[in-house]
Amino acid sequence: MPNSESSVAFGPERAFLLEISALLLALVLVMVLAAGAGAVAIPGSEVLSILGSRLGLRHAPPYWPTSHEVILLHIRLPRVLGAALVGAALSVAGALFQGLLRNPMADPFIIGTSGGAALGGSLGVLLAARVSVLGFGPVPTLAFLGALGAMVVVYRLSRIGGQTPVVNLLLAGFAMSVILSYAMSLILILNDRLQLNTRVVYAWLLGGIAVSRWSQIGVIALFVFCGIACSCTFGKSLNALSLGDETAQQLGIHVERQRAAIIAVGSVLTAAAVSGGGLIGFVGLIVPHFLRMIFGPNHTRLLPLSALGGATFLVLADLISRIAIPPTELPVGILTAFIGGPAFLFLLRRTRREYRF
Amino acid sequence: MSTIEVRELSFSYNGRPVLEGISLAVGAGERVALLGANGAGKTTLIKLIGGTLRCSHGSVTIAGIPLERLSRRDVARRIATVPQVFSVPFAFSVREIVELGRTPHLRTFTGLSAGDRHAVEQALHLTGAQEFSNRIFNELSGGERQRVVIAMALAQEPEILLLDEPTQQLDLARQAEILDIVSELNQRKGLTVVAAIHDLNLASRYFEHLVFLHNASVTREGSPAQVLSPEVLHKVYGSHIQVLRPDGQAQPIVLPLPESELHRGRASGLSGETKQE
Repeated sequence: MPNSESSVAFGPERAFLLEISALLLALVLVMVLAAGAGAVAIPGSEVLSILGSRLGLRHAPPYWPTSHEVILLHIRLPRVLGAALVGAALSVAGALFQGLLRNPMADPFIIGTSGGAALGGSLGVLLAARVSVLGFGPVPTLAFLGALGAMVVVYRLSRIGGQTPVVNLLLAGFAMSVILSYAMSLILILNDRLQLNTRVVYAWLLGGIAVSRWSQIGVIALFVFCGIACSCTFGKSLNALSLGDETAQQLGIHVERQRAAIIAVGSVLTAAAVSGGGLIGFVGLIVPHFLRMIFGPNHTRLLPLSALGGATFLVLADLISRIAIPPTELPVGILTAFIGGPAFLFLLRRTRREYRF
Repeated sequence: MSTIEVRELSFSYNGRPVLEGISLAVGAGERVALLGANGAGKTTLIKLIGGTLRCSHGSVTIAGIPLERLSRRDVARRIATVPQVFSVPFAFSVREIVELGRTPHLRTFTGLSAGDRHAVEQALHLTGAQEFSNRIFNELSGGERQRVVIAMALAQEPEILLLDEPTQQLDLARQAEILDIVSELNQRKGLTVVAAIHDLNLASRYFEHLVFLHNASVTREGSPAQVLSPEVLHKVYGSHIQVLRPDGQAQPIVLPLPESELHRGRASGLSGETKQE
């Protein structure tokens, strides 16, 4: 008698466990590597030993200099964890929006989240207020609120007679993005004229992991973990929704309710990512796309795999951005664009054969 | 009791009435074809019965229960629809598509049970889709795709199968293949079948009850032999159509009359209806 209540919807469960384990292992390896690399190199074994003793798993006296422990725990680790969280959030949000909009080219910024975040963040810079919420300065806090606000407006604008057609959502999102990005340009110009702190906003707009405190990691982690946990329950409905609204409905899915929930979770994930890392492009686009090509389009598997794949990708990109031209630190957005852009263009040529509408 | 009962159903689209006061009863295990000119409301009626559209007036009851009292999930366990357009944006395999038919039977946190897998295998087997079950849906031919969509509907284990133009864009042999599958399901599993269809000859061959929609209401219904007449067809389609009744065959054959022949036929006093000897 085969196991009647298996945990994964499609295909062999063992293969899925293997895939998850492989990606998890890759993530841990990359994180240890990234935590050790930098101006002060810390070997991987030492990284593990320091963590082990901190977590109470290792009782032998320390053999490493105290400075290494300080660098690891107060500089490197928050940064690496921040990159992992931002990467996971962006690519899960990407997988959600691609499934929902039935469009392999969609990404978390497509429904105006990016524009809202950019405007919010720029306002934060302009106000230059010394306010902080839960350890976050005005820029990430306003970016978070801007992203959520833009999403709510776009969603409400695209509703017609109790329904939200995908095309309306895309068009409203696009229009909103354009309006918001010009509003942001206006603010930047005012900023220039008034000689406020322009450099901060440019750096932030290019994207970079700005997490430096454990309290910030805690808040972002809370949003990201809750968001990913919710996303993983959407797997089956996203599979049905990718066949179109009507087919999903006739398969018993509450299309409107599910769509609202998916947009809300996707936007919270994007907003959390933006507040921790500014505007980092291509992660949400490229990671789910790439994983779908390897592991197939089934969302019950794609969503958890995207979380791990996205985390790995961004930790790696952030590592390269730190060590490529020392002592200069490149904005990670430039790296994801340089890696993601060409990869995306390559996929675009491939998909001409692969996707038929 | 009828499995599907449509009473005084009305539906308008942007103020334009598409269906007005439609009443229709479909018995369990019946095969019914909905016919009519383009825009007659066949697809709308299919969607109203399937619950993807809500009617403005009237009611649809399924096995005695008003449709609006059933949850989306309950409807999906009773009624499966093969839609006119079925597009898949991602590279799902045939088996994955058919497994999606189990969606209304699954709970959020559990996967396919042995029972679910059995239903999927059965559906693949009945439609002959198991021979290409590991291929990518988007790489199949039109006829193969339509079999997969029917298999997905069957995996829902419905009592009622609704089909919207199931033979559209298929060659003649593939059209017969699809309708053979549907008839066999109807006969072997007692599935109630309602199909919107354009081809009158296929409808006459494969369906026992034909319903003509015209001017937003049911113009005529009955067996193919009863309802297929030049008068009914002229009223519904507004053009002259010849109805041939070959000997030893219950179902009539329908052919449009070309404009040129029509004038010659009138001259020699030929009527639309012909008895072939």
